[in-house]
Formats: sequence, C-alpha cells, structure tokens
Amino acid sequence: MIKRIFIFMMLGLMAIIFFNLVANYTENTSLSKLAQYYVENGPQEIGAANLVTAVVVTYRGLDTLGEVTVLFISAAGVGLLLRRKKGKQNNNQQQNKSVKEVANIHKSSSEIVETATELLLPMIILFGVYVFLNGHLSPGGGFQGGAIIASGTMFLLLALPESHISRLLIAITESLSGFSYVIIGVLGMVMAGGFLDNRFISSGTYGNLFSAGAIPLIYTFIGLKVGFELSAVLDRFRKEINNEEDDPV
Amino acid sequence: MNTLINFPISLIVLCSGFILILLGLWGMLTQRHLIRIIIGFSLMDTGIHMVMVSIGYVTGGTAPIINNAVLMSEASNLVVDPVPSALVLTAIVIGLGVTAVMLSFAVRIYKTHKTLMIDKLTESKW
Repeated sequence: MIKRIFIFMMLGLMAIIFFNLVANYTENTSLSKLAQYYVENGPQEIGAANLVTAVVVTYRGLDTLGEVTVLFISAAGVGLLLRRKKGKQNNNQQQNKSVKEVANIHKSSSEIVETATELLLPMIILFGVYVFLNGHLSPGGGFQGGAIIASGTMFLLLALPESHISRLLIAITESLSGFSYVIIGVLGMVMAGGFLDNRFISSGTYGNLFSAGAIPLIYTFIGLKVGFELSAVLDRFRKEINNEEDDPV
Repeated sequence: MNTLINFPISLIVLCSGFILILLGLWGMLTQRHLIRIIIGFSLMDTGIHMVMVSIGYVTGGTAPIINNAVLMSEASNLVVDPVPSALVLTAIVIGLGVTAVMLSFAVRIYKTHKTLMIDKLTESKW
C-alpha cells in the first residue's frame, strides 16, 4: 500500500514538471542556428534533397555508425540469450513435445495464403529496397527500408512457418555490409574532408537517383544490414516458439 | 473560432507525448507481469519520441525535403527543424534494440522459472 502511495506521489510530481513545461511552451517561429546552417548549406554541401538524411548520414554520420553498432550488439544479445543446443533439448523433451503439438496446429497454411505470400513477398522486399535507395530524395532511408524488409520476413514467418532462413546468408550479408559502411567512411577520410564524408563520389545532378555522393551507397549498406539483422532476430524468436534447433554456422 | 486557429498544433503532440510518458511509467511501476512492464517501457519510449518531434516543429513548417514546393533559396523559412527528426530516428532504432533484448530476457526467465510474474522471481529480491 505504501508503495502505491509513493508511486502515485512520484507520478504526480512528474505530472507537475510536465505541466509546467507544457504551460510555458511556445511554438518555435524560426529555426535554431544549427538547423538554419543545415537547411541553408546542406543542399549545396551534401547534395541531398532530404535534409534529415543529410543530418543522419553525413553531419551526424558517426552517431549513425554508433546506432548501427548498438543494433548489432542487441541482435547479438538476442542470439546469445535465445541460443539453442541439441543437448539441452533432450533434458526437457516432455515439455518440448507439448510445445511442438501446440506449434503444429499453426503449421499448415492454406493454398490462398501460400500463393498470396509468393505474390506479395517480392513486392514488399522491392518496396524496402526502393525506400532505402531513395533515402536522399524522399522520406525514408536505410533504417526504414530495413524495417520494411524485416516486416517482409515477419510476413513470411507468419504465413509459412516452416520456411527456412539461411543463417549463413544473413551472417555474410550483415558482416559484409557493416564492413563496407566503415570502408566508405574511411574512403571519405582519405579522398574528401573527413570520416563518412560523402563527397568522394561526384555528386551528380541534384535531385536524381544517382546524386548526393556516397549517401545512396551508405544507405544501401545500412538498409541491408538492418533488414538482415532484424530478420535474424525474428528468426530467433520463431525458433524459440517452434522449438527448432539452430543450424550450425 | 479564432482561438482554435491560433492553438498550436504541436502542443497537442507535446501533451500526448507527456501523457504517454506518465502512462508508461505508471505501467512499469505498478504492473507485476514482465510483458506488461515491457509494454510500459515501449509506451514511455514512444512518448519521448513524440515530445522530441513536437519540440522541433516550427509554426507552419513542412517536411525538410527540398523539391518544387520548397525551393532551396527560401527553405529556411518553410521547413521544420531536421535535427530532432534525425535524433528521433536514432532513438527509435535504439528503443527497438532494447525492447528486443528485454523480450528475449523474458523468454529466458519464462523458460527457467515457468512464470512471468515478478512477485515469484524472488532470488534477486532484497
């Protein structure tokens, strides 16, 4: 009881802080100095029409590299926590059996679902590729495109739970794209102004697909990495539910 | 009617964000089920994102993308602040990673203890 009172007191105090913040809130009528600089000089310096992309990939590129690293570490953590071994499974076989029976109810999917999956899945993945390739021109980018690709994987795992996702392919694509991202960053340091500078490739015509220097390349690698990483996480959870064993990688 | 027009739109997003933060905190502190605690965390996360986005709003601003409607020369008067949007993009991805790790911890705890109620997980209680 006394715990509850403390919790509600704390929430009440937080509410007072928030209320003061809201009561004194006035909407901005002009950009801050930093944003002003980015908006005025971003298009000429970087060549990206989408200014959020310019900030994410080049001005704050190092943060994005850290972000990709955090995502990688969390995917590795999920892999470590949900690791499955052959020996362990024999210990609680009885329980496995009942879980497997439950899982079997969902296993067979109808003809309509299978056909629809075959039809829709390539389109979802194509849309994801479109989103991360056009990240410098339109709303979207590597993380969004990667999330769309992972939603395609989710769709596949829900519709056809038996489908097999190669862990080797995921591991190779993920490490290669992460490696290439850092290599592009170093190339920017050698051939242009600094780490993750996108201007070592000619910036092309403004507003075209092949413009903004290395931004489409960087976003392609980020999109592939994020998409495959999230697919691996989803696959881990799927295996946990279905009680399958890991493939040896 | 006039007050309705002058009412800043970003204030609605700001208030909803703060309400979501409080709801998420309440859920994390009072619920005893691990999945509900994780849902509370996600709610708080979303609330923080909404607050950050609403702070970057500029009156009458549009998306910071240069095209035929937003010309390069007058862009700084027309667009919203791109920096909070970029920050929120980062925050969403980090929140996703944290949630994934929390869920896999919940799976592990369920496998070893056969329960998700934190009242029954007594070995780490002090």
